[in-house]
Amino acid sequence: MTVRTFGALCLLSLLLLLAPLHAMAAGEEEVYSQAAELLMSRGFDEKGQAIRLLAENDHPQTQLILTLLMDSRLYYNKDDDRLYRIDDYDTDKPAIEIASGDRVVIEKKRDFKKITLNNQLRSQVRQIRAEMGLKSPDLSRRLAAVRAMLGGMDSDTLALVRKAYAEEKNSEIREVMQVAIAIGELPEADEARARDAIDTLAGSLEPDARNALTQFAAATDNQALKSAAEKALTSIEQRANFYGGIETLYFGLSLGSVLVLAGIGLAITFGVMGVINMAHGELIMLGAYTTYVIQQLMPSHIGLSLIVAIPCAFLVSALVGIAIERGVIRFLYGRPLETLLATFGISLVLQQTVRSIFSPLNRSVATPEWMSGLIQINPVLSLTTSRLYIILFCLMVFFALLLVLKRTSLGLQVRAVSQNRAMARAMGVRSEWVDALTFGLGSGVAGVAGVALSQLTNVGPNLGQAYIIDSFMVVVFGGVGNLWGTLVAGLSLGVANKVLEPWAGAVLAKILVLVFIILFIQKRPRGLFPQRGRAAEG
Amino acid sequence: MRMKKLAAGVALGLGASMLSFGALAADTIKVGVLHSLSGTMAISETTLKDTMLMLIDEQNKKGGLLGKQLEAVVVDPASNWPLFAEKARELIEKDKVSAVFGCWTSVSRKSVLPVFEELNSILFYPVQYEGEESSKNVFYTGAAPNQQAVPAVDYLKNELGVERWVLAGTDYVYPRTTNKILEAYLKSMGVAEADIMINYTPFGHSDWQSIVSDIKKFGSEGKKTAVVSTINGDANVPFYKELGAQGVSADQIPVVAFSVGEEELAGIDTTPLVGHLAAWNYFMSVDSEQNDEFIESWHKFIKNEDRVTNDPMEAHYIGFNMWIEAVKKAGTTDPSAVQDALIGVAVPNLTGGYATMMPNHHIAKPVLIGEIQDDGQFAVVSSTPGTVVGDAWSDYLEGSKDIVSDWRAPLSCGNYNVKTGKCSGQNF
Repeated sequence: MTVRTFGALCLLSLLLLLAPLHAMAAGEEEVYSQAAELLMSRGFDEKGQAIRLLAENDHPQTQLILTLLMDSRLYYNKDDDRLYRIDDYDTDKPAIEIASGDRVVIEKKRDFKKITLNNQLRSQVRQIRAEMGLKSPDLSRRLAAVRAMLGGMDSDTLALVRKAYAEEKNSEIREVMQVAIAIGELPEADEARARDAIDTLAGSLEPDARNALTQFAAATDNQALKSAAEKALTSIEQRANFYGGIETLYFGLSLGSVLVLAGIGLAITFGVMGVINMAHGELIMLGAYTTYVIQQLMPSHIGLSLIVAIPCAFLVSALVGIAIERGVIRFLYGRPLETLLATFGISLVLQQTVRSIFSPLNRSVATPEWMSGLIQINPVLSLTTSRLYIILFCLMVFFALLLVLKRTSLGLQVRAVSQNRAMARAMGVRSEWVDALTFGLGSGVAGVAGVALSQLTNVGPNLGQAYIIDSFMVVVFGGVGNLWGTLVAGLSLGVANKVLEPWAGAVLAKILVLVFIILFIQKRPRGLFPQRGRAAEG
Repeated sequence: MRMKKLAAGVALGLGASMLSFGALAADTIKVGVLHSLSGTMAISETTLKDTMLMLIDEQNKKGGLLGKQLEAVVVDPASNWPLFAEKARELIEKDKVSAVFGCWTSVSRKSVLPVFEELNSILFYPVQYEGEESSKNVFYTGAAPNQQAVPAVDYLKNELGVERWVLAGTDYVYPRTTNKILEAYLKSMGVAEADIMINYTPFGHSDWQSIVSDIKKFGSEGKKTAVVSTINGDANVPFYKELGAQGVSADQIPVVAFSVGEEELAGIDTTPLVGHLAAWNYFMSVDSEQNDEFIESWHKFIKNEDRVTNDPMEAHYIGFNMWIEAVKKAGTTDPSAVQDALIGVAVPNLTGGYATMMPNHHIAKPVLIGEIQDDGQFAVVSSTPGTVVGDAWSDYLEGSKDIVSDWRAPLSCGNYNVKTGKCSGQNF
């Protein structure tokens, strides 16, 4: 044997030895490059194939790629055909190549194309991640994973959940896993196990548990089991209806709190001075626009801008209110029709001013992070955080106002003037100043309501028009000049509206509430809690 | 004597200059733009006014029309339906426009219809609508239900396997009629009554809590549920916000909207909306040469790179170019001559094909289904292989499946019943 042949043999044996190692890495690499090629194609079928390929082969990068796909952060470079991760497309952060981890500077945005999913693929990815999530060390991820699997329990997922259940320590997750196992077992189980499964499902409010029971009751021939399932369904429905009622109450309270915020300023101005202020809605609108302006000035601190906007909106609307009072209403005391006309004209002027300064189009006001989201109480009851904050805010404003009226000297003077103007003046109260400041207070509160409304609805020049009728409804129903009356009236009108809405529809519900108020006013013209006092004006 | 002569001379000079002024003014062809620039529909219609100004400006740079320059007459009917009719009358009688490009909501179109028919002018209507109408004076460059609503329902049923349907709309003629058609269509495909939930809200409705909660409940019964939304105007913003707040994601309960395009999404954060759908005949993200050119000239005209383009803008682009072609063909701006000349005119659309004006005053359009992306754009997930011809009279409603519309001589009828051989409605 020559040296050459020996050398060749050595080389060959070395290669053969290294081949299996290389093949392992090559297997993974092959899966990755196949998947990458499929992901870069235009068709959604190919992308689906890529996802299944990555999941089946349990590739180490599967988790990362799926997360990036769901967040729309997976891109590919058209020149070198590689997958990249781009977290922030607009700044100068580099793109990170998935396979090697290299960072590449983005020179031209057009070189990178985003890999998009459609709805079906998103559900697929969600299901795959749920299955992978069962093994995650993070508690909330495991809980979310089990919940996501409830709707699609088959023999494979059942086996997965059973395995995970054996190792699970957390009681909350174990409960949901029991429901999942019950859903999976129910269709095929024998009588004893089926009864156990029905009992487990009867105690759960998950909509998938309900569906499983409904399907079982429809499919089974065993009469005993059928009636057991139906009984379980009835008990679940009762509990679900109870929580549904609480949810309607919550919706009603949040709508009511908006009405209270809108109407409380009017209760003060209407109550104290008997002035029908048709520009009240526009004062609310000015508060909403103030929020928009503050947000434009502080674009990176959305949450803080909202807090800052509250006193600013109060000031802006209060100043405009005082200007209206001193400039127009002062001369029209005792002439309600002229006041109505004049304030209506002012409302048109304010609307057009806003249209000219900003634009006739709506302005977008962002919601801060801590205000968006959901509080999940149980599977059928979830409360939106933004509405919760609005309810709390409304109560805060209400109690602050109550404090001002009951504990400050201004409040004392306001109450005196509203009960008996002549006597108050005789006691040395400067009623003109009190009028101006009262109007300012009422308008300021309207501005603060505008801050809250900017989070819930479109901020546009017509915002006021949508709330002026509601404000008057609340004040008339609750009793003019009475803060507690406004609170009770607003909340009850909101709840009534939301109770009627499911079966009457949004339009008819409003009509019915209005008709109810008209009839109520026939019986009690001064509202729920009218003002007392010998000389109190009606 | 001298003062008198001087006065006479001045008067004559002024008079002559006024005459020549008048002559100069008479040298333009006036085009009316009838879109809401304020109120609840301003969010959608303002950009169409700007599009018309751009198209007229570009045509003037090419030399105008019939040797004269075009002049845009813009009015603001402020989302007020009776005001639409008043403004239309003003445009035709006072400003003497040769054609009007305008309207969005069907109620605004129904309000101006008698005005256009009485004064015999031309309206180009660029928005998708409910059908059940065909007028000699209106050219419908937007989608009829068979070019938008029905293909969208087909996509949901066939591609996404949807079995339960929520038909949510604003309370006026377009959603009511479209939902009637869709309900009939769904039932004809075997969908049970219990699997269809219909809901109407007023314009500008802002409290969606209970409705979204009901949609969630309706959709949690084990069958795939989708929402078909004909909600119009700025009520869409709180609706989508509430969907996001209550955690309704697109792969659980997809929402396909017919009146939400790039413009309506421009003002909101679309991250929670990713995956929800819209059905149109054009998207800004469509890859074609004409589209790239159009977007470029739009950005140059409006001097803002962030402004988007949408389907009704393409409809105005098509309608305006068709009108130009027809006027050149007829050699005059006289409405009757142009109405006849318009039928058969073919111009390129922005998705790489052609749009032809059919005898029923509708055009052939491709149907595209798109998913909302997190930047407010749409990614096309489905499209018809060719174009679909617009059908004014729906085949799924009892009262209209036997009716065709053909404005060519000798038929010249918008409501021709093929079974009875009778023509009704606007009879020419």
